[in-house]
Amino acid sequence: MKVRLLTATAVGALLSAGVASAQSNELTLCWAAWDPANALVELSKDFEAQSGIKMKFEFVPWPNFADRMLNELNSGGQLCDLLIGDSQWIGGGAENGHYIKLNDFFAAESISMDDFAPATVYAYSTWPKGEPNYYALPAMGDANGWFYRKDWFERDDIRAAFLEATGRELGEPQTQKELLEIAQFFQGREIDGQTVYGASIFTERGSEGITMGATGALYAWGFKYENTPGQYDMEGAVNSPEAVEALEFYKELYKTGTPPGYDNAYMEQSLDAFKSGQVAMAMNWFAFFPGLAADPTVGGDKIDFFVNPAQNQPASTLGGQGISVVSYSDNVEGALQYVKWFAQPDVQQKWWSMGGYSCHVSVLNDPGFKDSAPFAADFLAAMDNVYDFWQEPAYASLLLAMQDRLHNYVVADQGTAQEALDGLIADWTEVFEDEGKL
Amino acid sequence: MTDTPIDRMARATPRIVARRVRGLSDRAIAWLFVAPTIFLLLAINIFPLIWTVRLSFTNYAANRPGREVEWVGLRNYERILTSEGIWANMQTTAHFLIWTITLQVLIGFTLAWLINRKFKGNDLLTTLIVLPMMLSPAVVGNFWTFLYQPQIGLFNYMIELVTGTPASSFSMLGPGGLAKWSIIIVDTWMWTPFVMLICLAGLRSIPDYIYEAAEVDRASKWRQFWTITVPMVLPFLMLAVLFRGIENFKMFDMVVLLTGGGPGNETLLASIDLKREAFEKWRTGYSSAYAIILFVTVFGLASVYVKALNKVKQR
Repeated sequence: MKVRLLTATAVGALLSAGVASAQSNELTLCWAAWDPANALVELSKDFEAQSGIKMKFEFVPWPNFADRMLNELNSGGQLCDLLIGDSQWIGGGAENGHYIKLNDFFAAESISMDDFAPATVYAYSTWPKGEPNYYALPAMGDANGWFYRKDWFERDDIRAAFLEATGRELGEPQTQKELLEIAQFFQGREIDGQTVYGASIFTERGSEGITMGATGALYAWGFKYENTPGQYDMEGAVNSPEAVEALEFYKELYKTGTPPGYDNAYMEQSLDAFKSGQVAMAMNWFAFFPGLAADPTVGGDKIDFFVNPAQNQPASTLGGQGISVVSYSDNVEGALQYVKWFAQPDVQQKWWSMGGYSCHVSVLNDPGFKDSAPFAADFLAAMDNVYDFWQEPAYASLLLAMQDRLHNYVVADQGTAQEALDGLIADWTEVFEDEGKL
Repeated sequence: MTDTPIDRMARATPRIVARRVRGLSDRAIAWLFVAPTIFLLLAINIFPLIWTVRLSFTNYAANRPGREVEWVGLRNYERILTSEGIWANMQTTAHFLIWTITLQVLIGFTLAWLINRKFKGNDLLTTLIVLPMMLSPAVVGNFWTFLYQPQIGLFNYMIELVTGTPASSFSMLGPGGLAKWSIIIVDTWMWTPFVMLICLAGLRSIPDYIYEAAEVDRASKWRQFWTITVPMVLPFLMLAVLFRGIENFKMFDMVVLLTGGGPGNETLLASIDLKREAFEKWRTGYSSAYAIILFVTVFGLASVYVKALNKVKQR
């Protein structure tokens, strides 16, 4: 009996040691399921080879990404050791203790935030905004941009028709109003026996789609969240005459320049509309551009890209994410090791070459960067003028309020732009009052 | 010595346990058997309900563990009951409930009445009719999204074929006021077979001799229908209405997949709104009050309805 007991204890101890050892030799990285995530899997093989740590990945489709991951963080879940979370989560991640503050680690490992593009450090890493408190390393620079059917734009018959209709040459739009004009020109036009449409834009209601799309116009007109940063004084900023005009513009673009049925469209639908040859132009995140450029049907010579056109100012909606270490991880050391590895310039260079958007200045300032991909120069231009949504801990309430207001006005045709933006101020005021900030 | 399962169980019971049980009354043994169920009921249903009531008077947010929880009294209830948006959602829910139940009862009863007659292929037709209710709501939501697609959807194509209205000129799930009806059509398509089956059970429970007696009395078919068929099927119909009412009050998955509550808030049912408040905006206290209001509404309506159902059954 004693021998049996001893043997069982020994086996048990060995098994637990094995499990513990396996845990410390594994890291789970969580992110959205999209093209760059696949590139990161490939890139991370180098880390596995160097460190001996096995990488596991948890990728969630975009429409459910925020829901899934924020639930995971809020419940103190240990699924993710590393999380490439959206820029708007940084406030909640920091204040609710989900993310580990990385200042001491950066100092100890000589990782300098000056090595990363300032706009990305500000947006992806800092909380409170602009303060030198870092909760993430900029991992994936991104912004909302545009792509179009270059082959259609170059056709003589189409160019002649456009010249006749508008009195100007067909080319990449330089302003939002030119973009609308081009979209309306293509709307319902017959090309090669098929009816095509102007542009596919973001109109999705459930997560963040219509906000990310409409802010492309709002920022270009000069929309601001507050009159004075940090004061939450929104009256006159959120509902300024420029903001009203921009929102009216976005509605007109939706009503007169998009394919029928695209009333709840986000990234996937935008890509589908373009790849199936339905639209002349489409908006989407730069992250998809490497895949589009290589697409066998609409890529190569048939496609080109442009930065979100300016109106009163050059502006693009910020996307992208930083990589954070989750405080509930049981392998914080391993996670920090990954961040250290990922911050290296040669790894960042490889990241860009594989389809990820590095934020490292050594990559972005490389003289050959602009010509390294057909969209690289546009990416740089976009990142120079990016604007982001609120990054407050209550960002989800703020975002959903904007989703409701914009979808009601733009898609469901209810009320006026002025009423939508006035209502948005009322919603946001209520949120900030609940937060004790007003 | 007999060898029934009960005997075997008795022999297998350890003596010490047997001796203790022997001293218990029948009532105590009955309590012993139902105790685990009662415990589970208390732990899983009653305790969370009481806890939700408590939370509904606070500003608690489940995603902000460090924030101080304040007692806000009836403020959450006041905000909900004076919110135009929530009243609009309640109206949307009522519109969905009334129309789906009306259509399902009318079509379900008609189908049951037709299927109840003997004809060739009756069994096959019944099987085909009940197919939609065997599908997952997620699958139904997804494939109806394709059917409603303005450019390639079969539904729009059929409308064009019948009415001549161009398929891409209207969007069933988009703006234009059709989305409310689109979700009613899908729910009716999916759940009418359920109502039909219940009605069929009711129709088949009516003894033939009642109709034979009516024939002898020279009652017309119309009179037989209103004085025999309808009253005898009514309790079954009311039961179907109760089931569908409760189900559709908490409708979520199918509508989320079809419209996500849009366009705008046109199809935002109370259940979808509640989920967004609780698990997307993380306003736990506020959403607890919202849940309590919905619970009281359903509980009140269901109680009144069950009383009416019992009266009909006793007639």
